[in-house]
Amino acid sequence: MTLFGYRVPMMASLLVWCILWEIVGRMDLMFILPPFSDVLVAAVDLVQLPSWQSATVTTLRAFFIGMVLSVVVGIPLGMLMGRVKIADDLLGMWVNIFSSAPLSAIVPVLMILFGFGENTIIAAVFLFAIWIIVLDTRAGVRHISPSLIEMARSYGASRPALYSKIIVWAALPEILAGIRLGLIRGVKGVVIGQLLVAIVGYGALFETFSRNFRMPQFWALTIILFAFALVVSALIEWAEAKVEFYAGVR
Amino acid sequence: MHAAIVRNDAVPTNVVSDAIVEVRGISKTYSGVEALRDVDLDFPRGKLTSLLGPSGCGKTTLLKIIAGLIGADRGTVAVNGKKVSAPGPERAFVFQDFALLPWATVLRNVAFGLELRGTAKEEREAIARRYVVDVGLAGFEDKYPHELSGGMRQRVGLARALCVDADVLLLDEPFSAVDEQNRRKFQEDLIRLRTNQNKTFIFVTHSIEEAVYISDRIVLLSPRPGRVSRIIEPEIDRSGDPDRIHRDKHYLDTVQEIWQGLKQYVE
Repeated sequence: MTLFGYRVPMMASLLVWCILWEIVGRMDLMFILPPFSDVLVAAVDLVQLPSWQSATVTTLRAFFIGMVLSVVVGIPLGMLMGRVKIADDLLGMWVNIFSSAPLSAIVPVLMILFGFGENTIIAAVFLFAIWIIVLDTRAGVRHISPSLIEMARSYGASRPALYSKIIVWAALPEILAGIRLGLIRGVKGVVIGQLLVAIVGYGALFETFSRNFRMPQFWALTIILFAFALVVSALIEWAEAKVEFYAGVR
Repeated sequence: MHAAIVRNDAVPTNVVSDAIVEVRGISKTYSGVEALRDVDLDFPRGKLTSLLGPSGCGKTTLLKIIAGLIGADRGTVAVNGKKVSAPGPERAFVFQDFALLPWATVLRNVAFGLELRGTAKEEREAIARRYVVDVGLAGFEDKYPHELSGGMRQRVGLARALCVDADVLLLDEPFSAVDEQNRRKFQEDLIRLRTNQNKTFIFVTHSIEEAVYISDRIVLLSPRPGRVSRIIEPEIDRSGDPDRIHRDKHYLDTVQEIWQGLKQYVE
């Protein structure tokens, strides 16, 4: 982007909003919005706290396990639905319902099932992330040109080879898009899960900060979480760019 | 030079003595539409036979039944005397839309048939390199399909089929997605390739000119239901300059003759 003939560096718009935040914060309009510089200072302090570090480990672990599970279950499920009509007819309705349902409402039920611990959080991540992965994988598999499948068959591809050498690759752009969207939903899942359980990881920290009106810390934690979500989705976007060269020409 | 035409007066028949592919009583109905009815047809070894007919005559269906990609309702297909109902290593298919792996290089695409058979990487790439050169793609080994023109992509498809060393090559309208200039060049190259490769070609096309230009034998199919209506063996000498064939009197006469026969099926 250029402005008045000058090239505006990337992320400049972010800077504008940060300055705006700083100004509004300094006007001391409401306690909920401290100046941005205070938030930054709080963030630096926060990351040095053992309670933050252990909360981060807990949160990351639950997020990671939940995501791995939803990828490991979601991709085969999506492929099954993409390839087998009966599976699609049986499961399609449920996948669509779950992918658009307000899942936060289900998290309390998860607590009954999995207890007040990490398992509930993992289940929440899984439940938030998996459906979009299933749907995108299914769409990707559906999208595969039938002649590519015929080609593999005519050259004697075994069923495992058909999946590992053709279907996975041909559907990869959609699968990656599904994982990227799934990751973002998974971040939602981990936070909502922890907030509802309220005694684990970031949920516990959020609870503590908001109850005690420690707004700089609250915002610092929020920003760290946003940054994390952005980074993981950028990582997948980078992987997506690697397969972009064939995504449009399949 | 003497006009290199020998008119064959014997009427060609469905059944030949040295047949590599024997089709017997094949019938196929798709959701109420009769695509093929009782087709008996032999494909002579080492020849290029074209299946020619208007759209809806079931020529691609017949080719895919021979390939084992779709099943027939009735009838049998035998290759080298053995009945077949599934794809096999003695047949290789060239697809109308090329069916290349967009994520793989030219070399890997050409070697893909061998890859599926479990041939070791060095060995299959050595074989593939040879055929890449044979089809005129030398220097493009590491390119990806989207970097190639339609004609070049189909050359990759042809090289892949040659690579597995099948006896029978099944080509489903291989040039229909290739632009006119590239198609002419490709047809010339196919004639040249045929003399080097001792293989049987079964070629589906809807272009009369193309069929007469490249075929030893042309099977005319009539539509709804698809049946063999006539078999023509244009005896055209293809050894010299390929451009001469287009001006060859027998070539032109055969094209005209087939057109007269097919006209009735065109709305």
